[in-house]
Amino acid sequence: MPEMITPTLPARPGVGYKPQHLAGILNDPGPVSWLEIHAENYMGDGGRPLAQLRHLTERFAISVHGVGLSIGGEAPLDRAHLDRLKRLMGWLNPASFSEHLAWSTHEGAFLNDLLPLPYNDATLTRVCDHIDQVQEVLGRRMLLENPSSYLAFAQTTMDETDFLRQIARRTGCGLLLDVNNVHVSAVNQGLEAHDYIRDFPLDLVGEIHLGGHEADQGDHGEALLIDSHSRPVADPVWALYADVITKAGPRPTLIEWDNDVPDWDVLCAEAGLAGAILAAAP
Amino acid sequence: MSLQAFAAALLDPGAPLPEGLLDPAGRPANARFAIYRNNVTASLVKVLRAGFPVIEKLVGEAYFSALAVEFLRQHPPQTRLMMLYGAEFAGFLQAFPPLAHLPYLADVARLEQGLRECYHAADAAPLPAERLTALSPEALLGARLSFAPGLVLIRSHWPVLSIWRANTSGAAMGPMMPEALVILRKGFEPAPHGLTDLQAEILARMLAGQPIGLAAPDPGELAGLLTLLMAQGAVKDIA
Repeated sequence: MPEMITPTLPARPGVGYKPQHLAGILNDPGPVSWLEIHAENYMGDGGRPLAQLRHLTERFAISVHGVGLSIGGEAPLDRAHLDRLKRLMGWLNPASFSEHLAWSTHEGAFLNDLLPLPYNDATLTRVCDHIDQVQEVLGRRMLLENPSSYLAFAQTTMDETDFLRQIARRTGCGLLLDVNNVHVSAVNQGLEAHDYIRDFPLDLVGEIHLGGHEADQGDHGEALLIDSHSRPVADPVWALYADVITKAGPRPTLIEWDNDVPDWDVLCAEAGLAGAILAAAP
Repeated sequence: MSLQAFAAALLDPGAPLPEGLLDPAGRPANARFAIYRNNVTASLVKVLRAGFPVIEKLVGEAYFSALAVEFLRQHPPQTRLMMLYGAEFAGFLQAFPPLAHLPYLADVARLEQGLRECYHAADAAPLPAERLTALSPEALLGARLSFAPGLVLIRSHWPVLSIWRANTSGAAMGPMMPEALVILRKGFEPAPHGLTDLQAEILARMLAGQPIGLAAPDPGELAGLLTLLMAQGAVKDIA
């Protein structure tokens, strides 16, 4: 296991960085003290994206969030992609690196979505092997994010919280708790979100995600929530988040808004709401 | 069920629901699986729409959506860098029978893909002008140039640059004549620049490694080309 690095993201609000917000961020970051980028968007060879990132890293703590490693995939990790990630992590030296409990590749093709996994011993072994490899190559501890899910696998034999706890115990990785994903999955799976939080190893949480979702319907008219990152954080998610912060204390908290991206002041206001809950923590 | 079966059904709209995918009541999760299927398709269509806005203008929004779906089923991304997904789009358009009446589309797609690749290309310090002006005419003709990595040369049977300009800045279309262009990036913003046919030939030869004098039998055409390349910071070195 690689040497452990204490997370250095501040336990304050951050936002997912969008280039259209650059001027707003530099002019008045408001309550935002750190930024998260999607690793793959900065794996080009040069140009404006990398120049902007070099500029931002002088003023803000940066969290690198991967969406393309396919850690849950049946195939071995793509070594070329892992090397690109290592190169980015090398020059940027960000405060955190996180990826998803998900998969996204099929016979060499990249499907550009975070796809669900059955939770059983075979998946556990595979995911742990892949996380071991990532932490070994990067030489640092990573955070693994709980997914949003729309369906269940007949092959699943353990709860998601137990599955994540075992991964963290075996690999030494930390966890990224996406509270919106907890709510979305709970509604979609007919479970209680507060039970999930009760069972979640909160001591391992190095970062929290908050985002918006859309409401849809299943085949039988039942409620189905879509993890769209296209709206403000919903009230039940704020309530769940406040519960997490009460139990766990302040943690770095990200507002994710990737589609129908609002103006900077709207995003700032959303970050401010998270900041107020963090400030009220015991 | 393997993840292979899950993935195969994602890309094939006619495939049945893979077994063992359930809703909370233990029933087959049809609508739920459709969310993943839709996410994959919609996200890749969005990537292509962002990358090929002029193609979308030329064929229309609804047609582009259907075209993108057809493309992504035949050519799912082989790269995980979505800002570059679509390198095969030009070749796909060229060989797509329903669009045979718009034969210039493939080169417009090459131009748009070239702009994306140039935008993300490595930074390169431009050659100081003194390095060129210090050379005697003989030394200059015997020298070889190397170029910034983002440079893309396109030689088309169609007025590809005029079509692109007409659809991005509303410039008037000229006659349907062959055009050549080079994509260069001064600073961070890539832009296409028109070339004469002879300039395109000279540049192609220099890109292939020929010394300037051998590549450029016509000094008049060479001067204009070199002025453009130097002004746009596209020449990296001379040796």
